[in-house]
Amino acid sequence: MIVLRRLATGLVVLWAAATAAYLALLAAPGNTVDSIIGDGADTPQIRGEIISEWGLDRPAVVQYLTYLWRAAHGDLGRSYLLQRPVRDVLGDQLAPTLQLALAAAVLGITLALVLAITTRRPWSRRVSSTVELVLVSTPPFLIGIVLLSVFSFRLGLFPVAGDRGLGALVLPAVTLALPIAGVLTQVLRDGIDRALEEPFVVTARARGLPERAVLVRHALRHALLPAVTLLGWLTGILLGGVVIVETVFGRPGLGQVTLQAVTSEDMPVVLAVVVFSAFAYVVVNTLADLAYLVVDPRLRRS
Amino acid sequence: MTGLLTRPRAVAAALGFLLLALVAAVAPGLFAGDPLAADPLHVLEPPSAAHWFGTDQLGRDVLDRVVHGARHSLAIAVAATLLGVTFGVLLGLLAGLTHKYADEALSRSFDALSAFPLLLLALLFIAIAGPGTVSLVVAIGIATLPHYARVVRAQTFVVRQAGYVTQAVAFGDRRLTLVRRHVLPNVLGPVPVLAVIGLGEAILAAAGLSFLGMGPQPPSPEWGAMLSESRGYLSIAWWTAVLPGLVVTLTVISLTVAGRHFQRRFEGRLG
Repeated sequence: MIVLRRLATGLVVLWAAATAAYLALLAAPGNTVDSIIGDGADTPQIRGEIISEWGLDRPAVVQYLTYLWRAAHGDLGRSYLLQRPVRDVLGDQLAPTLQLALAAAVLGITLALVLAITTRRPWSRRVSSTVELVLVSTPPFLIGIVLLSVFSFRLGLFPVAGDRGLGALVLPAVTLALPIAGVLTQVLRDGIDRALEEPFVVTARARGLPERAVLVRHALRHALLPAVTLLGWLTGILLGGVVIVETVFGRPGLGQVTLQAVTSEDMPVVLAVVVFSAFAYVVVNTLADLAYLVVDPRLRRS
Repeated sequence: MTGLLTRPRAVAAALGFLLLALVAAVAPGLFAGDPLAADPLHVLEPPSAAHWFGTDQLGRDVLDRVVHGARHSLAIAVAATLLGVTFGVLLGLLAGLTHKYADEALSRSFDALSAFPLLLLALLFIAIAGPGTVSLVVAIGIATLPHYARVVRAQTFVVRQAGYVTQAVAFGDRRLTLVRRHVLPNVLGPVPVLAVIGLGEAILAAAGLSFLGMGPQPPSPEWGAMLSESRGYLSIAWWTAVLPGLVVTLTVISLTVAGRHFQRRFEGRLG
């Protein structure tokens, strides 16, 4: 029952995102035909062909429903600029971006887990908190710029730009992962602090469990619950972050496609990115809600 | 006051930010030089007594540009935050005061808006409205609005149950008077604290977007735009990127530290 309701809410959010994106397209200034022609030949005949080909002469409601129907089937229209299906344009660039996002997510989460558990003593805790504060307060592109100038330009350890090989993935992934680790560590540490005051921790200690085991097996598990809710946030940070990180490191990917589409007003591509990010957000949040039910049996009863 | 005195870090942070705001307000006219004055004889010079932050690729003084940029960047962030807070409060109040369906529709719109990462939402807006300072302000304002709206909505639910509100209703106050005199002042409580932290986020967002070329265009000395320009000279002149970046980071840190301190005090007073 809860699962069904979650899925239904997810669908509603997706529909809202697609509709909002469509309204945005209507609100965009400029003539659609002009945008499609771009710098190409412009005769009344070509205009007529474009209007009938893209269905621009049909009523707005019909166009909207066609758009929804196609979007539901994964067809997001054609790029004005590249004259190719948007799905192909995004599909080509998905792999490098997914690689980067996954690497950053794994790295960020691992770093946060390790830091939250190992920096329990007052001194190390203070150092770690300061570093976290600096990381979340620094513009992500600045982290990238600093890493580039130290590790690529000074030390020559990693390539300056591109996406060839694993070496080129290291600095972008670290850049994207550091702010994530900063936020997650703070959340996990607060969670552990709160869990350590719970009676079950006293019980565990009374049973003679070593402190490390109390931390990892009892407190950390408790602290993971609020962290699971942050998965949706994490997706958002990753999707927004790749735009900046790909720019700093000159990597191809969805971020670059988005940026190019925004500057050249290639609205179908911009809308597709918006719908795609809503889709990713809904999927991750639904999964997070389901994970919640698995992790915390108390929620299944209500 | 005692809370502030026992917290030197928060005091330092708040003072630091006020100092920066003061410099941004008065320095450009008084003692900072022209941020656009090129000097072809002194290009990409490292930090020295004459140029504390060095010079950039056109021989412009980086510190002068940072000081002038503070005015641009802070103005954008403050305007965006004010926009987000104003509309967030109004819409949140509306959602909290109306009945089931209107509230549901508004709340779902807040949800849908916050489903998008701030940066993508702002980019969508800029794709429609075109790049520039005004777009940047409106884009960040819209993207941060749901955050304030949600808090105010929740707060309104609490306040409308309060004794003084039911009494005012019994007194026969008109709706608008009721909202203005009794509800609004009492739902605003957590908003200033959120706005201080939000200001830091707005600075980061503005810097990020103008780094991508969506904000004020070069040669305008805006922080993000400056950092974007400096990217091409990273291998030979680190100071053109790192020193201005450091100023951005310190600004956001001071806002975050001060904001968190106010938040703790505010929550402590409630609890």
